[in-house]
Amino acid sequence: MRLFLLTTLNGLTLAALYFLVASGFTLVFGLMRNVNLAHGSLYLLGAYIGYDVADASGSWYLGVVAGFLSMALAGLLMQLVIFRHMAGQDLRQTLVTIGLSIVLADLMLAIWGGKTYQFNPPDWLYSAVRVPFIRAYPIYRLALLVAAIVIGIGLWLFLNRTRIGMMIRAGVDDRAMLSASGVNVHRVFAVTFALGAGLAGFAGVVGGTALSIAPGEDVRYLLASLVVVIVGGMGSVAGAAIGALLIGLAETFGLAYSPTYGVVYTFLIMVVVLAFRPQGILGRPA
Amino acid sequence: MSVSIRLPSSPLPVLGLGLGPQHLLLLAGLVAFPLIASPFWTMQIGAQSLFLGVIALSLMFLAGYGGMVSLSQMTVAGCAGYMIAVIGTNSANLGLGWPWWAAIPASIAVAVVFALLIGLISVRTGGIYTIMITLAIGVAFFYFTRQNYAIFNGHSGFAGLMAPVVFGVNWHDPLPFYYLSLVVALLSYGAVLYLSRATFGLTLQAIRDNPRRMNALGFNVTLHRVVAHGFAGFIAALGGILYVWLNGRVSPGTIDIGPVISILIIAVLGGLRTPIGPFIGAAIFVLLRNFAIDLISPERFNTFIGLIFLGIVLVSPDGVLGLWQSFSRWATSAGAAGGWRRK
Repeated sequence: MRLFLLTTLNGLTLAALYFLVASGFTLVFGLMRNVNLAHGSLYLLGAYIGYDVADASGSWYLGVVAGFLSMALAGLLMQLVIFRHMAGQDLRQTLVTIGLSIVLADLMLAIWGGKTYQFNPPDWLYSAVRVPFIRAYPIYRLALLVAAIVIGIGLWLFLNRTRIGMMIRAGVDDRAMLSASGVNVHRVFAVTFALGAGLAGFAGVVGGTALSIAPGEDVRYLLASLVVVIVGGMGSVAGAAIGALLIGLAETFGLAYSPTYGVVYTFLIMVVVLAFRPQGILGRPA
Repeated sequence: MSVSIRLPSSPLPVLGLGLGPQHLLLLAGLVAFPLIASPFWTMQIGAQSLFLGVIALSLMFLAGYGGMVSLSQMTVAGCAGYMIAVIGTNSANLGLGWPWWAAIPASIAVAVVFALLIGLISVRTGGIYTIMITLAIGVAFFYFTRQNYAIFNGHSGFAGLMAPVVFGVNWHDPLPFYYLSLVVALLSYGAVLYLSRATFGLTLQAIRDNPRRMNALGFNVTLHRVVAHGFAGFIAALGGILYVWLNGRVSPGTIDIGPVISILIIAVLGGLRTPIGPFIGAAIFVLLRNFAIDLISPERFNTFIGLIFLGIVLVSPDGVLGLWQSFSRWATSAGAAGGWRRK
């Protein structure tokens, strides 16, 4: 019973982290049909930069902000310098993101080395809280869950209640028509890409605090984003939440109950969803 | 992709491979190569280029003729390599110990079934989704081999794999191994070339260009795509077995994201349009990997190859072959360079 509850809580908090990473990925895909395979690299780079800033300034909060802002800027640059010039060529765009991820992974290894880094979050986040049946549970992981829910609601409000969110949704449905009605599509694209990349950087710091940051984490979170978005439906933020829940829980339960076959559950969920709904649970047919 | 079906430049008869003097010269060069080269060049450059080219050829077949850029070809190749270790013999005595004549077909069969399954999973959604799904499968398989000890022996994988001694020839020696790789490469190349002009290949190319129309005409789109995955899996399995025989070992590192992406780099570097592209790409890749360390520090090879890959994708989507073609076109007339655009 205790193991079950503990695993459920761990699964939920892992799902929260996956949601933070995958929501940016799905947002960018939904609008631009750009499969950003460098998304995992943005996660890791954001985490490293956040770590350096937090280490230099002594403030974890500044690290979080730096992770978000630096990757938002990187995303903005990627969109303005590269992707803007290859609109509609989704295969080439994807190949470019693969190239970027190779170079970024190697440069990060050159700069930060193969070491594992550990953040120092503020004291109030770094303690345990009493939870029924489980005894003590790290407060940080619960805060992560709350943060993901807040950001999820924030994204929903942003997309559904603001003018630019309206433009993004219109762009998801029909890019050409949005452009024809006088909206500067490139600006909307740039904002979306910056937001998506920024979320990856933010997740890097927040997730790096919950676990740790090391080379190879980029691949792990790229896989998580891919599977979450394939399962949840590409381009749907709500789908990303559902996908993250399924994958986070499956992975944690797999690790807890059958350690050497853990990945198989994640994989099976993906196969079953693709067999019955190729476009994902909340995805619309392409 | 272009709307029209693109046949290779010269209209050749279906069965004859249309060998010109330049082809015979190239073949003679490939056959004579190990006789003048050192064992290092024969194995690490020659054979390595050949079987990496074979694995990349399977990706070229799927991408160029089927419009499906599958990133799981190295995974299928690695699966065959793992099976050779699991079914045959390895140094840890963990294998089933089947003789080579049973282990090789069985390994290929398992890899083909794996490839067919990947095809079944990924073909229902087209285009860019294929990349995502096959990449997810590839990375998931990597994590699976790393955490599973019952079948794949986890982190360490298997060592002590080598080509068997058959007909009194030790196929692990440089010269026989090179010729074995050459024969496999030629057969795979010929098979892809033949298939590209056979009914199956032509149908596949038509499906690539317009799946809805082919579906309306009564062709089974899904079946053609899945079978294409199976055929590509067969070729990749051949390359994968040679790969683990040369390296002597197979481990999760063999199918890590690095090698998976390397196959994509090789195929894109050479060009995804013609079957010769992957071999050219493989030769360039292997030469760069072995000799670029003289120019840059060996640790930064990935940055170097990544930048080259980016440059090729940005400048010439058809790889160095496309670069050559647009150069010769530019040289003959001031025509515009051909682009590789979708839709």
